[in-house]
Amino acid sequence: MVKNIRSLIILIVAIAILPLIFKSDSFHNVLVLLLIFATLGEAWNIITGFAGQTSFGHAAFFGIGAYASSVLFYRFNISPWIGMFVGAIFAAGVAAIISYPCFRLKDSYFAIATLAVAEIIKQLFVSWDFVEGATGISLPIVDDSLWHMQFNSSKLPYLYLALGLFAIVIFICNFIENSKIGFYLKAIRESHEVAESIGINTTNYKTYAMVISAALSAFAGTLYAQYILYIDPFMLFTLDMSIKIVLLTVLGGIGNIYGPIIGAAILIPLSETTRIVLGGTGSGIDLMIFGVLVILVACFQPKGIIGLVQKIVNNIKKQKVGEGKVETNS
Amino acid sequence: MVLQIISNGILMGFIYALVAVGLTLTWGVMDITNFAHGEMLMVGMYTAFWMFELFSIDPLLSIPISTLVVFLLGVLLYKLVIKRVLGGSGLTALLATFGLSMFLKNLAQFLFSPNYRYINGAIVTDKKIVLGNVILGLPQVVAAVGSIIMTLIIIYFINKTKTGKAIQATALNRDTALLMGIDTDKIFAITFGVSGACVGAAGALMSSFFPIYPQSGGLYSIIAFVIVAMGGLGNIKGALYAGLIIGLTEALGGFFLGTQFKYALVFLIYLIVIQVRPKGLFGW
Repeated sequence: MVKNIRSLIILIVAIAILPLIFKSDSFHNVLVLLLIFATLGEAWNIITGFAGQTSFGHAAFFGIGAYASSVLFYRFNISPWIGMFVGAIFAAGVAAIISYPCFRLKDSYFAIATLAVAEIIKQLFVSWDFVEGATGISLPIVDDSLWHMQFNSSKLPYLYLALGLFAIVIFICNFIENSKIGFYLKAIRESHEVAESIGINTTNYKTYAMVISAALSAFAGTLYAQYILYIDPFMLFTLDMSIKIVLLTVLGGIGNIYGPIIGAAILIPLSETTRIVLGGTGSGIDLMIFGVLVILVACFQPKGIIGLVQKIVNNIKKQKVGEGKVETNS
Repeated sequence: MVLQIISNGILMGFIYALVAVGLTLTWGVMDITNFAHGEMLMVGMYTAFWMFELFSIDPLLSIPISTLVVFLLGVLLYKLVIKRVLGGSGLTALLATFGLSMFLKNLAQFLFSPNYRYINGAIVTDKKIVLGNVILGLPQVVAAVGSIIMTLIIIYFINKTKTGKAIQATALNRDTALLMGIDTDKIFAITFGVSGACVGAAGALMSSFFPIYPQSGGLYSIIAFVIVAMGGLGNIKGALYAGLIIGLTEALGGFFLGTQFKYALVFLIYLIVIQVRPKGLFGW
């Protein structure tokens, strides 16, 4: 029995209708980026929101996904659809390899270890000639085709691909949250020792979470590369990218399947708008304002936007209950 | 030749150690992962630069000024932002410090343009010390010595003074410290200020041989994170030794494997050390 299905379908249909109402290209652009980053946030949420293991290295999996499909397309003319799965397998492999040594570590030590892994992968890509090193890969432009995942005349196909991926990922997250593995992960988050004492193999379950999370991030990476059509190690593997994923999930509400989409819906339009309105001068004022807004949210809404929403919903429920009581009394 | 590399590595290691000591204070005492630490270093560097440009004060002499400036910045940031996120989860605090980092970086870009700036003609510029086969740049030697002195001052401050002991007590248990009559709010403000003072001094020391630009703090803050975790959170001695290990690894790795792999090696060393000591070299 899986919960939330109806509200999730409503959410996805609502997003699907939006671009048909608002037809401007810039709006479509924001929506594509929003969905890609929301997907990343959902993936990160599995390992950090559910399992409580803070990862500062998700940019690595995102980058591996982007690179796998791009290199295959650039070097061997293999469709990104195949590259997408190759990327996911690679990312899952890397996640599995680093999981065993890293999951012995707790809290900050684990977070810094994931950061270190991402930095090492970045250095390798920077000096790897086969993937064009620091120059990055400009994907060859081909005619619009679904098979090559390139659409140059309209952003709508990208939008629906991104939405499709987001829908799949959010359903997977919803399924995990309400399945046995989800409860195990939450037990690990609440208390590692207690989880172990009741017989949960913590390392195994954390590894499952990490592998799934890495593979889903890689899918988003492929889509991002196909959308931007240019990738280099400095835009994909940086700490800033990892933190952006952390940021939007924490902003929306960590450990909640709606958190990443709410966070992305605020963060991405905000950063795109400040960039378009104020960023042209290169003075950095757009990111200054953005930084201030992030600080304000952290100071005054520490539980994320979802915390605020839940508070309001609870208040409404309380009022209803209150009214009901009054009626029964009279 | 190897001796030369090793000495360069050790000199750099002491500077890294000072930056990391600042970070380990806030991380260990307040449990705040300060992503704005590198930007505080950048403010220290810019302070030294403008002192030199505007008032012709040599970076060596402006060390107290930039230390004070970043100390005050630290206290200010605590009062305005960090104080409000202390009670929440670690990730909320991270959100706030990341916002701060973005703000400071781009404020510097807005005010001073993204250009690289150098201090030319400081007292130590282009001077060298020759010891047998080993040639050491005077700026690096002065920076390393300055870092050692500053680190020793911090160690003395934490271990011997009353305020330092209060900081230690607060780090061990916030509530008990409060019950014992320690004004934890004031202690946190001081800790954040002292953390800033460390990078203020480091910034002034580094300004004579590193380019100064808005993003200049970024790399050092990532390396400082690794050093702090390697030494054990909140452990000053750990930060010092880990700083030296990282400095040496960077120098030797750059020499034997090529400069493009030196940082990869630095992060790899962390992953190896952490396997043997999962809570850092001196953690418990």
